[in-house]
Amino acid sequence: MTRPPGNRRAVAGAVLLAALFAVAFLGPLAAPWRWDQTDFTAFRAPPSAGHWFGTTQSGRDLFALTLRGMRKSLLIGLLVAVLSTGVAAAVGMTAGVLGGWVDRLLMFGVDLLLVLPSFLAVAVLSPALGGGTGVVLVIAAFLWMITARMVRAMTLSLKERDYVRAARFLGVGPVRVIVRHILPHLASLLVVDAALNVSLAIITEAGLAYLGFGAQPPDASLGTLIADARGAAPAYPWLFASAAGPLVLIVLAVNLLGDGLRDALDPSVPRCAGRAPRRGPRDGVPQALCAVRAPAARAPGKREDAA
Amino acid sequence: MSVLEISGLHVVYPPDVPVVRGLDLAVEGGEVVGVVGESGSGKSALALAVLGLLPAGARARGSVRLRGAELLGRSDAELARVRGRDLAMVFQDPLSALTPVHPVGDQIAETIQIHAGATRRAARARAVELLDLVGIPDAARRARAHPHEFSGGMRQRVMIAMAIANDPVAIVADEPTTALDVTVQAQILDVLRVARDATGAAIVLITHDLGVVADLADRVVVMYAGREVESGPVGDVYRRPRMPYTIGLLRSLPRLDAPRERGARPAPIGGAPPPAGGPPTPCPFRPRCPIGGPECDRAAPAAVLVGAGHRAACVRTAATLDAGRVFPAVPAPPPPRRPPRAERPAVLRISGLARHFPPRGAFARRAAGAVRAVDGVSLEVRAGETLGLVGESGCGKTTLLMEILRLERPQRGRIAVFGRDVAALSPKVRKALRRDLQVVFQDPATSLDPRMRVRDILTQPLRTHRVARAAVPRRVAELLGLVGLEQAHADRYPAALSAGQRQRVAIARALALEPRLLLLDEPVASLDVSVQAQIMDLLEDLRAGLGLAYVFVAHDLAVVRRVADRVAVMYAGRIVEIGAADAVYESPAHPYTRALLDAVPAPDPAGRRGRRTLLADPPDPSSPPAGCPFRPRCPRYAALAAPALLPAAGDELGARGGAVARARCERAVPELAAPDPAVDRSAACHHPPGPP
Repeated sequence: MTRPPGNRRAVAGAVLLAALFAVAFLGPLAAPWRWDQTDFTAFRAPPSAGHWFGTTQSGRDLFALTLRGMRKSLLIGLLVAVLSTGVAAAVGMTAGVLGGWVDRLLMFGVDLLLVLPSFLAVAVLSPALGGGTGVVLVIAAFLWMITARMVRAMTLSLKERDYVRAARFLGVGPVRVIVRHILPHLASLLVVDAALNVSLAIITEAGLAYLGFGAQPPDASLGTLIADARGAAPAYPWLFASAAGPLVLIVLAVNLLGDGLRDALDPSVPRCAGRAPRRGPRDGVPQALCAVRAPAARAPGKREDAA
Repeated sequence: MSVLEISGLHVVYPPDVPVVRGLDLAVEGGEVVGVVGESGSGKSALALAVLGLLPAGARARGSVRLRGAELLGRSDAELARVRGRDLAMVFQDPLSALTPVHPVGDQIAETIQIHAGATRRAARARAVELLDLVGIPDAARRARAHPHEFSGGMRQRVMIAMAIANDPVAIVADEPTTALDVTVQAQILDVLRVARDATGAAIVLITHDLGVVADLADRVVVMYAGREVESGPVGDVYRRPRMPYTIGLLRSLPRLDAPRERGARPAPIGGAPPPAGGPPTPCPFRPRCPIGGPECDRAAPAAVLVGAGHRAACVRTAATLDAGRVFPAVPAPPPPRRPPRAERPAVLRISGLARHFPPRGAFARRAAGAVRAVDGVSLEVRAGETLGLVGESGCGKTTLLMEILRLERPQRGRIAVFGRDVAALSPKVRKALRRDLQVVFQDPATSLDPRMRVRDILTQPLRTHRVARAAVPRRVAELLGLVGLEQAHADRYPAALSAGQRQRVAIARALALEPRLLLLDEPVASLDVSVQAQIMDLLEDLRAGLGLAYVFVAHDLAVVRRVADRVAVMYAGRIVEIGAADAVYESPAHPYTRALLDAVPAPDPAGRRGRRTLLADPPDPSSPPAGCPFRPRCPRYAALAAPALLPAAGDELGARGGAVARARCERAVPELAAPDPAVDRSAACHHPPGPP
């Protein structure tokens, strides 16, 4: 195995992300400058004890600005992820469980949104809706469709599982079936999807800001900082690095977390050999039994005791 | 002279799980050796090791020699030259073993071209010959068909044709008939016999089915926990088994030929087979063995000769001389005391029920081409009785159950549960009715939510039907006791239970609300034989104790024979015969019932019957033949063509009579006749046999 196992990657991602959050929100307490202050004695100053990341062309402290951008990016990423994944789960499960015309109507909407060139739409709409929340809403509105389709497909197959049928035949109502038997099995998909949406949202927001559609000066975001540093990057590298570095780190952390969670939560991957025993279903399974299951599953044409 | 010699074979799966622990096996040319064992016994690892197809990371040690040449440790490229030529294989699922994008004739020809260096033309001609040999009708045309155009049985014939294409020295068949219906299984066993005779190859037949081994094999090797525990000529082992495991296995096997004993039944083997690679014990069977003593804990029992070529790995062979005393019969619960059938109320009454599925992806939802899964079924289940429902896969058994369970207005016909027509139920009454009507599915691995603990699984029905929260824990404990589980199991997840325990949980869930009618959809089909017997005993005890009525769906006629009071035989969505179990099994009136019973391989090598194999495959349910749907496969219909076989054998008259008789089969779908007043049995056949 060349990649570290899923749960270790997930932990690494989570730790990195937590560190970035801590820096972004606690950093201003330690920083000597506020993001909206201007130091008229230092223009394009390189990193120093006074200005840890240096200053911009107009003498603003880059460290404070970067933290400001990070806070914005992290919040937007989280809100967008929760919103878009929530919408995807709601729409997908509703369509899957109810079926019929509700299903057709919702899927028509999904297809319609999918064919719109989303980045252009976001770029046009986000200034119209104003800053912070507007950006969140617009980005989220274009991120949920594919997940909704996946959720719907999984719901359709889960609906036919024997234990769901058994519950229905016991008289369990549809809402309870969703909550008890369908949602838990979608949880891993949704968690992973949310994690990956965080990085997508952050990149989208940065892209919008870079193009001038996001945060407007004097406010700053990682995108605007990169845009400002664009021309000067070869001569004044700290301008560029101080904004691009955190962006890369955030996306890396979130991707590690999402990727790791996908592997760790995937029930089709046996969680025995070499991995720490995990919570839940495999508790108490002899290690040996677990280990044999995987190779046996790969044996050609094997179907034990078929009906 | 043995052509295939396995000695001291050990197979270890990663990380460190021994699945085969020292196996010796020698097979002579033309000999069929059956390897039987339950899941986890290592029989499949044995097959894969012989073929050099072990999964990555698995290690094999010991020796596998084919005509003296060592196979273990050779590279895959070297083995590829042997496999398919000298060493052939037949897998369980022919659909995944054949390439879907090439015609089957080309696939067979390919192996001939590669190994024998034949020209393309010659190889194709030979492929057609082979397909003809394995009994594929119109072989020249069918050779150009793709795998998906064949039925399961026909695909398995193709696999066998491919296996014998290069006159192999040995054939390894891993569960070759497990995925097939019993009638098709009988055909495939015949084809394997043909293959052996045509090539003189040694055949290693790996299966969990003792009946299949008795039918085909010359010698048998019983495997348990990676070791051989008993081996010998099939007749000796089946008649005088000496290893307690074999004894228990043979005794707990439900049989067609033995009528149900009243008041006694063989004690089942307790416990479950150990998981593959469990901790090494001196005798792996010791924890489940009824006659084990302190001497069993000392060392691994060596195989001792107990007859000509008959070895048993047991230190207490003296105690196993009388097989009946190893697993003595235990008293069965007395048959429930109940008034005669006519006086009991009907718990389920179905009349003229139909369920048609529209053709897949069709634009116009026309009736033509619809799959007639259930097509006019009428039956009645009275309180406290068990109705067995048998038939081949695709005959509509499960669809029928699902229609009953839906408790909604059926497409056609009527369903009345406990005297209430389901078409006219209010949602509230429907939910209340579900308390009385419960279901157990085939595979407990899929019917229990893997993310819920046993306690939650059992609590769910209780809470759904508003059982007081305070009463729930006591009821859960009661249920666990009822199905023979320990209280500690309540905190486990289904994955941490064995298959048999899981099925017990599923049964407990169904019983939670004290139903009066339980629908069982193949409840033991996915279990090992020894566990099967335990679950059957449990179901019998529950019926006796709780006065339940069962509808027991199964493809295994022997299982149904053991539990059912009455039997219904389904074919192509209809019931073709229904009646008291004894009457139906002992003197079936419908030719299909007869054929089904004939096709079941008895676990008794002496009873290899001259079976009448059904010719064709089950019909396509979307376009059944006109008239009687069983007509194309019916031996009685075929016999009508030969006037000499008719009872009134006047030549001229007979011929005309035959034509008239056949015309009836071709024109009208036979309806169930009025039941015979003497025996409770009626069949849907135009030409039932006369009184004996």
